[in-house]
Amino acid sequence: MSPLLQTIGISKAYPSGATIIQAVSNVSLLINRGEFVAIRGRSGSGKSTLLNLLGLLERPESGEYVLEGQAVAELSEDKRAAIRRQAIGFIFQLPVLLPRATALENVELPLIYAGIPRPQRHRIAKDALDRVGLADRGHHWPSQLSGGEQQRVVIARAIVNDPALILADEPTGALDSRTSDEILSLFEGLHLDGRTIIMVTHATNVADRAQRQITLHDGRILRDEGTSTQSSLTESPQ
Amino acid sequence: MSPLESMRIATRALGANKLRSALTVLGIIVGVAAVVCMVSVGAGAQAEVSEKIRTLGANLLLVLPGAQNSNGARLASGTQPTLTEADAAAIHRELADAQVAAPLLSRSMPLVAANKNWVTLVAGINTDYLVAREWQVTNGRSFTNEEIASGAKVAIVGLVIVEELFDGRDGVGRTLRIGNVPFTVIGVLDKKGLGAAGRSQDDVVFIPLLTAKSRVLGAVRGTTREALDFISIKVSDATAMSKMQQEIETLLRQRHRIRGDAPSDFRIENPADVLTARGAAVRLLGILLISVASVSLVVGGISIMNIMLVSVTERTREIGLRMAVGATRRDIQWQFLIEALILALMGGLVGAVLGGAAAVAIAWGAGWPILISAWAVVLACGFSGFVGISFGVYPAHRAARLDPIEALRFA
Repeated sequence: MSPLLQTIGISKAYPSGATIIQAVSNVSLLINRGEFVAIRGRSGSGKSTLLNLLGLLERPESGEYVLEGQAVAELSEDKRAAIRRQAIGFIFQLPVLLPRATALENVELPLIYAGIPRPQRHRIAKDALDRVGLADRGHHWPSQLSGGEQQRVVIARAIVNDPALILADEPTGALDSRTSDEILSLFEGLHLDGRTIIMVTHATNVADRAQRQITLHDGRILRDEGTSTQSSLTESPQ
Repeated sequence: MSPLESMRIATRALGANKLRSALTVLGIIVGVAAVVCMVSVGAGAQAEVSEKIRTLGANLLLVLPGAQNSNGARLASGTQPTLTEADAAAIHRELADAQVAAPLLSRSMPLVAANKNWVTLVAGINTDYLVAREWQVTNGRSFTNEEIASGAKVAIVGLVIVEELFDGRDGVGRTLRIGNVPFTVIGVLDKKGLGAAGRSQDDVVFIPLLTAKSRVLGAVRGTTREALDFISIKVSDATAMSKMQQEIETLLRQRHRIRGDAPSDFRIENPADVLTARGAAVRLLGILLISVASVSLVVGGISIMNIMLVSVTERTREIGLRMAVGATRRDIQWQFLIEALILALMGGLVGAVLGGAAAVAIAWGAGWPILISAWAVVLACGFSGFVGISFGVYPAHRAARLDPIEALRFA
């Protein structure tokens, strides 16, 4: 069991009018490779901000963040962008796709910035689409796909660069319960593939699909449950 | 990210809004088209002027009859038949720098040869005129002194006459009727092309001056048999031109008995100066239009900047997404900069083609040589590229500075 990332007392505050909101406050967290973690909490509990900090979209004001053995909090913008494209896959609440690009081209997007040549890009992106069950939808426009299918394209895009860490912000927030279930099953499958997934959700039934639940309240960790079952799970998957 | 990839993304983004892209670059198109067209037209007009000056004959001065005063109204130049052959002879005799002083009398007349007819300018001259105009007889021969002196019924014709009356075949030896008088063609003139008035100089028939006065033109003119259309003077030295003008003025005023500050009944022209002035006017107009066109280029640049700013706002989420999947700020900046550059260059290219086409049309209509100035095309396209870059920098900078979190949250 090797640690993938560790935060030591990271904090982030936002100015909101005259006051300052402490979105994430002194959070220390250790996440191992292969874990499927849900971060839960009410809206305003700082869970999205924590996810953005972990995804290098935001910089912590204080504290340490070590990802894959590298201290990343103080890196330059370009280096952080490089880590985002090599090591991190993002899934957002609303399926954010380029409307004028096909499903396959959307999946290829991270590979373009990674400088992978075209033919190779096509092949890798096709494999990723295949993994989310949309092998035959590669040439559809986003507008021709259902909400669930769009979110699968987003997931394919998140895994296409074979990232060490997949971050999902309310991935089922905009979907009906049946489609949500499909997406969560897909996450479970990716988890069984050995991928590390951190998912933010406010819904208990969604959080329960993960092996470990971290509950945030006012930017602090309130509870951290299920960690103990983690090691046995990865060693002997169900 | 490779530049090729940036270009692919940029062209796709532009292609998604074809009409908007086209309207955006309209200013650039108009500006570049105007610059290319004006520079080319200017060059063509300049070449045409030089060509006309060349065919004029070197160091040529014209003396034309002045205007007549009729009941206090000044009539048009040439209404007063004041110049005579004696004036021409006097200029040649008394002014050392007058190499020749050639009288000319002309009128439009109907010509008939076999079963064809044609109306053209028939001019009575002596051989001095051909010397003044540096005009060679390429086929046959010029008038002999005997023919000039006796008023022989012989004619030298221009190439247009050969074309119209003799089907392009050599007309020497053929018979030609001017009005009702038969003439023998003894020579064909070298090609001169378009003259200052835009009329072909080759559409002409020359006959001896005496013949013209006594048999062809004098009869229909009626006023005085001595009146000339103008006298062409070839000055022996280019530096003596203005001195000659003064001397001719003095001499003719004396001969015509004009006293004190009474106006002359003739005027003296330097046709090369007139043409040069016209060329300069065309060039000045061109420069004026080019400056207006440059304003259009700047306005075009502003409209590119405007649309790029709109585009950055519209695509905020896209920018956030690209950053989230690992695009650097430089990648984003390049994407928008290349978009602006492609817009401007496309405008430049379309403008250059349109401007070139307009220049060809104008040159064709005006009978000028077609001269599409290559450096104007390169300069205009280069300038439009420069406009694209300089007005694209700010929107691209704005795009690159977006906070990815804010950008993704943007609805």
